[in-house]
Amino acid sequence: MTANLITFWILAVMAVGSAVGVVLRRNPIHSALFLVVHLATLAAFFLKMRAEFLATAQVIVYAGAIAVLFVFAIMVLIPGREESGPDPLRSQRLLAVPVAGLLFVLLAVMLRSTLFSSAAARANVPGGVDAIGRALFTDYLFPFEVTSVLLLVALVGVMALAKRRVA
Amino acid sequence: MVPAAYYVGLSAVLFAIGALGVLVRRNPLIIFMSIEIMLNAANLAFVAFGQRHGSIDGQALVFFVLCVAAAEVAVGLAIIVAIFRLRRRLSVDELSLMRG
Repeated sequence: MTANLITFWILAVMAVGSAVGVVLRRNPIHSALFLVVHLATLAAFFLKMRAEFLATAQVIVYAGAIAVLFVFAIMVLIPGREESGPDPLRSQRLLAVPVAGLLFVLLAVMLRSTLFSSAAARANVPGGVDAIGRALFTDYLFPFEVTSVLLLVALVGVMALAKRRVA
Repeated sequence: MVPAAYYVGLSAVLFAIGALGVLVRRNPLIIFMSIEIMLNAANLAFVAFGQRHGSIDGQALVFFVLCVAAAEVAVGLAIIVAIFRLRRRLSVDELSLMRG
């Protein structure tokens, strides 16, 4: 067992454990903190796969912006009571566990067939900012520009939604 | 070098956990966090497949998923705050009307 594989398993246990923590914790603040751990382990996975730019972007965008947004929303909303009352849909929720298990089996079967059908073509992927910047500004130029419009629309939409209505 | 199959299997596990969170939880904030877990699982699979086929396209796609996730969280949380102002309660089971 190489060091590479050992770090993979450590990170995998952390990723799965923190994801389970997000789903199971009652207090949303605990869930948000577990989410930060989860996003950080995914950044570590990106580093392991030599995708340095994505690892940095993951930390800045997710752990920086999105996690802070979640914590901020939790502070504004003061949640904690909504899951304490009687559950009107208990049977459906019990059904959710086998449904999620079935989803995993389906995904596993599908991915198995894609992974082992073609021969492994392992070329060395250039993972630095250089290569991904070249791809974004040549092959993916149009989607890249559309992304800016998407972010602008989100910005304006959020302001329209969040402003107080002056009657 | 860790085989790509390990990463893809891990991403399937994480995706299923995220789907479970969306199905079981009643708090819309936690449902959003579960959606983030699912998006990240897809990102992991993208990078793993890109590595396997020796192309940068997987990483470019992850970049776009990152942007969409940021926009989605911002708009989603704004909607949740607007609903909370109207209803004073946060439970997705009670939000069955399309109008306020």
